[in-house]
Amino acid sequence: MTTVNVIKPKARLSNSNILFLIAAVIFVLMYIFAIITFPASFMQFQTFFDLFNLNAPLIIMTLGLSIVMIGGGIDISVGSVCGLVTMACAVYLEHKMGSIGGAILIALGIGIVFGILQGYLIAYLEIQPFIITLSGLFLAQGLLTTLHKDPINVTMPAFVNLRDFDIVIAWLGAKNRLGVFIPCEIKPGTIIVVILLVILASLMKWSRFGRNVYAVGGNSNSAMMLGINVKRTVFITYVMSGLTAGIAGFVYIMTTGAGNVGNASGAEMKAIASAIIGGTLLNGGVGNLLGAPIGTLTLLVINELIRAAGVQSNFQAMVSGLMLYFFIVLQSLIMSLRDRTRIRFTLPPWLRLSEKAKSGNHRET
Amino acid sequence: MSKLIKNFSHLFLPISVMTLLIIINLIKGADYFRITMVNGAFYGNIPNIFFGASELVILSIGMTLVTAASRGQDISIGESATITSAIFVLFVLQANEVTVLTIVAAFLLSCVAGLALGAFNGTLVSVFKVQPMVASLILFTGGRSIAFMIDGKLSPILANDISNKIGTVIPGVPIQTPIILTVVFIVFVAVLFRTTNLRLYVETVGINPNAARLNGINPKKIIFLTFLIMGVCTAVAGFIAVNKAGRHDSVNLLKLIMMDAILAVAIGGNSLSGGKFSITGSIIGAYTIEMLNRTLLRLEIDPAMIKVFKAIFIIILMVVASPVVRLFLRKSLDRVRAWRSTASQSVGNLKTPNTNITDMKEE
Repeated sequence: MTTVNVIKPKARLSNSNILFLIAAVIFVLMYIFAIITFPASFMQFQTFFDLFNLNAPLIIMTLGLSIVMIGGGIDISVGSVCGLVTMACAVYLEHKMGSIGGAILIALGIGIVFGILQGYLIAYLEIQPFIITLSGLFLAQGLLTTLHKDPINVTMPAFVNLRDFDIVIAWLGAKNRLGVFIPCEIKPGTIIVVILLVILASLMKWSRFGRNVYAVGGNSNSAMMLGINVKRTVFITYVMSGLTAGIAGFVYIMTTGAGNVGNASGAEMKAIASAIIGGTLLNGGVGNLLGAPIGTLTLLVINELIRAAGVQSNFQAMVSGLMLYFFIVLQSLIMSLRDRTRIRFTLPPWLRLSEKAKSGNHRET
Repeated sequence: MSKLIKNFSHLFLPISVMTLLIIINLIKGADYFRITMVNGAFYGNIPNIFFGASELVILSIGMTLVTAASRGQDISIGESATITSAIFVLFVLQANEVTVLTIVAAFLLSCVAGLALGAFNGTLVSVFKVQPMVASLILFTGGRSIAFMIDGKLSPILANDISNKIGTVIPGVPIQTPIILTVVFIVFVAVLFRTTNLRLYVETVGINPNAARLNGINPKKIIFLTFLIMGVCTAVAGFIAVNKAGRHDSVNLLKLIMMDAILAVAIGGNSLSGGKFSITGSIIGAYTIEMLNRTLLRLEIDPAMIKVFKAIFIIILMVVASPVVRLFLRKSLDRVRAWRSTASQSVGNLKTPNTNITDMKEE
């Protein structure tokens, strides 16, 4: 009875969940630390919502990227596709016939086309995902500069209304220095983030497709032997990543209201970093979509903290690198400690060698 | 002959791409191979490619090793090279009189810095078991900021005679110095691989770390070693790049070169998920990328469109080289052969049906 009790709770907590828990705990601790050190700014709800308001595109991209990474691939074209979408929408909206519905269709269309192209090449022609998405990155950047080079500020009245639209929560807010009460404002992008998060997380958690993605990412050979259509699953993950990149592009232009060559440049690395901090492994098969926004927020809180501490702007990148180092080492230490304790406590000694080799194999795949 | 083909079959992709590019260039203008002599040194399209690709070649050698052993890529190479070259520049600038000895000492110092950076990444990957791309994300994020801190001001200028010579030509030597340095480095690496078991060990670790450990090879040590070699590669590449540019621009020096280096490894016919590798392929791949860039410039494509063409070229290339298309081509080739053999047999003697059956079985 005691042995069963020891084994069960340990075995039930999967790698995805423990990594997600680590990320969540770190985020909460960090936010508490931020509140303690800078109570004036971090106590306000607006600061918390601004993290979402200003960085909704990054969170959306991270969601799509996490799906691809759980499926065992990688997509580094998301940032450039997002930039391309912003520019295409801006050009279209400034055109005489432009309408917001059309812009949304363009955004989704560009995302899906990139997703289908890359997904087909990677899943059905079995080309290395890094190379294909790298050329997708080049393609999107090239199309972006071909489309338009100078920044465009969208002046269409309907769109400007949409850009300035805020959802005001009257009962949450803070008084500013003059003593005037300012209610909290939430951008529509935040709502989109929440909706997408709920849809995608439940899709990955409970649908057949989501479980197929975990199986394929964990071990594509055994997934194939179990009768899962590996190629189609991989294909769909890339299409979804492209689609989220398209949505992210539209949210981006809805937040900033301008098309620019530098829009969302370098966002792919930020998205990869946040997915990893959120507990998704690059090897595939391990991850939790709820970790994606948490990873992004952790990264952003680091930046906010550095900014609030008044570190010289040159050193900001260095400090965030150090923080990243701290996280990565912590994650790895917790994982290795967990492996060690499980092997020590749960297995009878005569089984230890074979099981150890098995668990080692599992980690490598 | 068949043995030769077997040994060089992995080079099929890079060499065919290079041939294709040369044909495109020759169609554009027949003077592609013309080499002119300016101030006692060779200039022209081909020397320029060798000149321009020198850092990329060195970095892709290191990247091949890292990819083969650790099954992942180091994305901080550009940043590492920036830091090492910042140290090089710092040492050269603080010296009163710049002699060859100063340059050599500064270079060795930057090599030590490169080793330290490689050890940093290598420790994370081998001891803490972090994925290489994640581990190098740290330096990727903070590297340029560290280089900026070492520099002190935005872009210190290397205005001395010896650096100038290293960056361009030494009088009396007809070949540009970066090319010579690259060749020396390649020879050095070749000697290293001829005289040691490194290749075997790296491949073993890349194919299966557990099996390697059971056979008495410590995968941690080998992965750490590849990252150290990568560190030396970044130091050499940074040395060449900063001498070429003549000033140390910590923001733009070798920016985004890791993409090109990984691409070179892939074009060279190596798997990005570790295992067997071919450094020759990577070197040819690196030169191919530089040739592609210069070809697009030579075709006078609108600068805004260059990236589109590059992307399309890479996609077509990878589609042609993809395993599915290769299998399809081989099958159709076999079918044609089988059809021809049956046709010739039905026309000629019908006494050898055995070969026909074995052909069918192979198919």
